Amino acid sequence: MSTVLYDVPGPKARRTARIIGVVVAIVVAALLIWVIVTLALPRTTATGAQQPGYFDPSRWDIFNDRAVWRRIGGNYLNTLKMAGLAAVFAIIIGVLFSFGRTAKLAAVRIPTTVVLEFFRGMPVLLMMLFTLLVFSVEAYWAGVAALAVYNGALIGEILRSGIAALPRGQREAGLTIGLTPLSTRFLIEFPQAARNMLPIIIAQLVVLLKDTALAYVIAYPELLRLVPNLSNFYGDRYRVSIFIVVFAIYLIMNLLLSWVARIVARRTGPQAGSPRIPRRGGIFGRRRVTETVTSPH
Amino acid sequence: MDAVIENFPLLWGGFLRTLALLGIAGVSAMLLGTLVAGMRLSPISSMRTVATVYTEVLRNTPLTLVLFGFAVIVPILGLQPRGVDSQTQFFILAAIGLSLYTSPFIAEAIRSGVNSIPVGQAEAARSIGLGFGQTLSSVVLPQAIRMVIPPLINVLIALTKNTSVAGGFFVVELIGASRKAINDRGDEVIAILLSVAFFYLLVTITLGRIAAVVEKRVAVLR
Repeated sequence: MSTVLYDVPGPKARRTARIIGVVVAIVVAALLIWVIVTLALPRTTATGAQQPGYFDPSRWDIFNDRAVWRRIGGNYLNTLKMAGLAAVFAIIIGVLFSFGRTAKLAAVRIPTTVVLEFFRGMPVLLMMLFTLLVFSVEAYWAGVAALAVYNGALIGEILRSGIAALPRGQREAGLTIGLTPLSTRFLIEFPQAARNMLPIIIAQLVVLLKDTALAYVIAYPELLRLVPNLSNFYGDRYRVSIFIVVFAIYLIMNLLLSWVARIVARRTGPQAGSPRIPRRGGIFGRRRVTETVTSPH
Repeated sequence: MDAVIENFPLLWGGFLRTLALLGIAGVSAMLLGTLVAGMRLSPISSMRTVATVYTEVLRNTPLTLVLFGFAVIVPILGLQPRGVDSQTQFFILAAIGLSLYTSPFIAEAIRSGVNSIPVGQAEAARSIGLGFGQTLSSVVLPQAIRMVIPPLINVLIALTKNTSVAGGFFVVELIGASRKAINDRGDEVIAILLSVAFFYLLVTITLGRIAAVVEKRVAVLR
């Protein structure tokens, strides 16, 4: 990577970089070794009993059992089921919000804006608890509803900013050829906005998938629930091992999805019109859309 | 409504704990995030690699999983802070988890801010003979940080909402307090949860207003 922040390193700078590189590698390796040794050492419980370390086969043998993998698969499907349905509803709600938010009629626009601001400022977990306790539905529906409404509000804002960023001529051209304001929005503005915003919307859907883990708190049997469930069933000594497996599943799934999102961003992103892509390269040249707009939620 | 008034001390305590989590995790994520951003921008490739891996791993892990790891797995491994009562212990662990989880988002916001500074600024700094550290600290970062204040505030708003997850892991912040209050007064769930929503909006809308004002100021300066 070449940047203007520093020159192409000469022999001296390269040597310094190499030395620092070795130091960094040693520090990272030391940290990893410390973690591995801490996990591998035999443990003494409060009662003085000796237990094997966390890499001992006795802590991992349940993964030879087909039934365990079936349960992992079942909970994995539960996570996907919640994320899938919530994503569909979130997109529908987002489209409705974006139309309400850009409506000409103040009687539609202002209430929509207030509702949207309210949902955007709410923690998803609070919305899940609210749906669960007030409407007394199953955890699944509470999770789907909260995730759909929250992410719908965010997608609505994304689409609105997409519509706002279109050149004015688009709307004017639509009206000039005799389309009504509503069909101009549907046929001319909205398709362009949706396409320009696709990378950001996909990034938001990845966040939605991550957020299904919140349903753990309302006792929905998703991936993270495996840790207490399986360790209650097979024994506490498996708790850490199951946690490591669940962690790995999440990490692989989300890294893959983020990678797909980045590919989509590269294919559809850097066209004219998207507001968040700088026309002019910054210090590091053109940046990619997905890298700049992700937020913790 | 009387359930809210009855449980007001509980909810108020929860609100203060939410604010404390926001403050502690916000400041430490800010420090950690700046460090990670600096590492990602540095000329030394090994530092860039470490920072990239750190960012990717944390960004692709659900917060619930991070906090579960800190609240459940860390005590099993015997790495929890000692010498404090269990409530404080879970608070400290949740604050660490939230700081770690938030730091990559801070780092990315700062990095994109640095990226939005025109190339000429860095070129000018380089051409008057400033080194990498000087270019970054006295030319690029002062401008970049001003540019990234609105996105940073957005990260803090998200952090405010994220503190609620700590309520699922033994910390009696707003969500934890509301669950206690609901156990006590199950007949007034709606009033209790709406008052909790009000507390969250108090913080998020205030922060959002600040972001809007700052954004307007920065836009004028540009």
